[in-house]
Amino acid sequence: MSAPAVAAAGVWKYFGDYPALCDVRFDLDAGECLALLGRNGAGKTTLLRILGGLSGASKGEVRIDGGEVRASGTRARIGWLGHSIGLYDELTARENLRTFGALYGVPPATVTDWLERVSLAHVADSPVREYSRGMRQRLAVARAFLHGPRLLLLDEPFTSLDDKAIALLQSLLAAARTEGATIILSTHQLREAMELASKVALLDRGKLVHFGERTSEMVGDPGYLYRTYGSAA
Amino acid sequence: MTTLRHAAAIARKDLRSEFRTKESINSTLSFSVVILLLFSFAFDPSPDMIVEFGGGLLWMVFAFAGALIVNRSFARELPNDCIDVLVSSPASGASLFLGKAVAAFVLLFGIECICLPVFGIFYNITWWRSLGGLMGVLALGTWALACAGTFFSALTMNLRLRELMLPMLLYPMLIPALLSAMMLTNTLLTGQPIPSDFTVWLRILIGFNIMFTTLSLYLAETILVR
Repeated sequence: MSAPAVAAAGVWKYFGDYPALCDVRFDLDAGECLALLGRNGAGKTTLLRILGGLSGASKGEVRIDGGEVRASGTRARIGWLGHSIGLYDELTARENLRTFGALYGVPPATVTDWLERVSLAHVADSPVREYSRGMRQRLAVARAFLHGPRLLLLDEPFTSLDDKAIALLQSLLAAARTEGATIILSTHQLREAMELASKVALLDRGKLVHFGERTSEMVGDPGYLYRTYGSAA
Repeated sequence: MTTLRHAAAIARKDLRSEFRTKESINSTLSFSVVILLLFSFAFDPSPDMIVEFGGGLLWMVFAFAGALIVNRSFARELPNDCIDVLVSSPASGASLFLGKAVAAFVLLFGIECICLPVFGIFYNITWWRSLGGLMGVLALGTWALACAGTFFSALTMNLRLRELMLPMLLYPMLIPALLSAMMLTNTLLTGQPIPSDFTVWLRILIGFNIMFTTLSLYLAETILVR
């Protein structure tokens, strides 16, 4: 039997004495999409950072495809899209993607392909600081997908995206799932999340109070989950 | 090999960013030239005096200029949370550190190569008589500055008072390297080769570089993943 795509086993994270995550456990198989829900401060970003190897767990363990999360081979399979765009304002779109592509061994031709896919080929040689917010977001999406990641970690990816960028991101995520990629996204935008998710998790003050399949009730009434699972409501 | 490839990509990116914004280059170069100019007017030194304190003056200027450059090393990654993307990439902490240290070295060494002729003009000194030795000492001293500076830049990256904390941590640690570089530079400015009783300073400088480079490469991952 193959290892789960993502396995969190008793993950705790303390900031000083404050437990930001308390004994979080779940397994996720390849090709699944997990919507990570919870109020501000529930621990969504902290959990995503630990899953992405940006932060270490105080206790417990995270494994990606059975491997250590900080192993170079594991990180090569992860695509990260955080709150910020993760791009250099003074560099052009092409230079940004080439820089990150070089870290993943992505050839320059792939960079050109992605610039076309996110409709930025015509401004590829302009500095990112001259881009509109929507263009910057589209470039950030291209950056996260550039190396064909097998695990996508997205922290509130729909926040402040325009309609065009939301549609682009949704189509890319759907295509990635079709190709077997695993997706974990934290969001407050329940409707968009429910459209994509196969599983739903709810964090409340660091505790995983719900983890399970997305149900028809959740799709019809995105607030259902918050109302059903107590204090997070 | 992969570490070196990743380090080269980081160094290229840092140098490209710096040459585009010129944030560190402009401030460092103007600071260095002004200090050299002011001291030449303040002291009006004789050639004998210059040989005695020239190395100290040069390394004081380079140490302050170096702090300005390394301060930007990891601070450059903070806007738009670029550091998160770098840390989540396959590049190891050691390769990120190495790339940034190399970029800081290139920038600082370039500034020093511009400062040397300025120093020669203002202080009327023939500084190129032991050019090979002088360049070697400059390279060793600059690597000490770049390596230790980049290490502390990573350590203080998330501090609110990082511009204040970095020099406070860096300068005491740099004393052995700066002292060695200064003593060796003083000798080389006379045009003489390094005498045998001065090789101890060379050994200290090389030892400092080996120790700090090894320690930084080993600890970089721990510092960057919090």
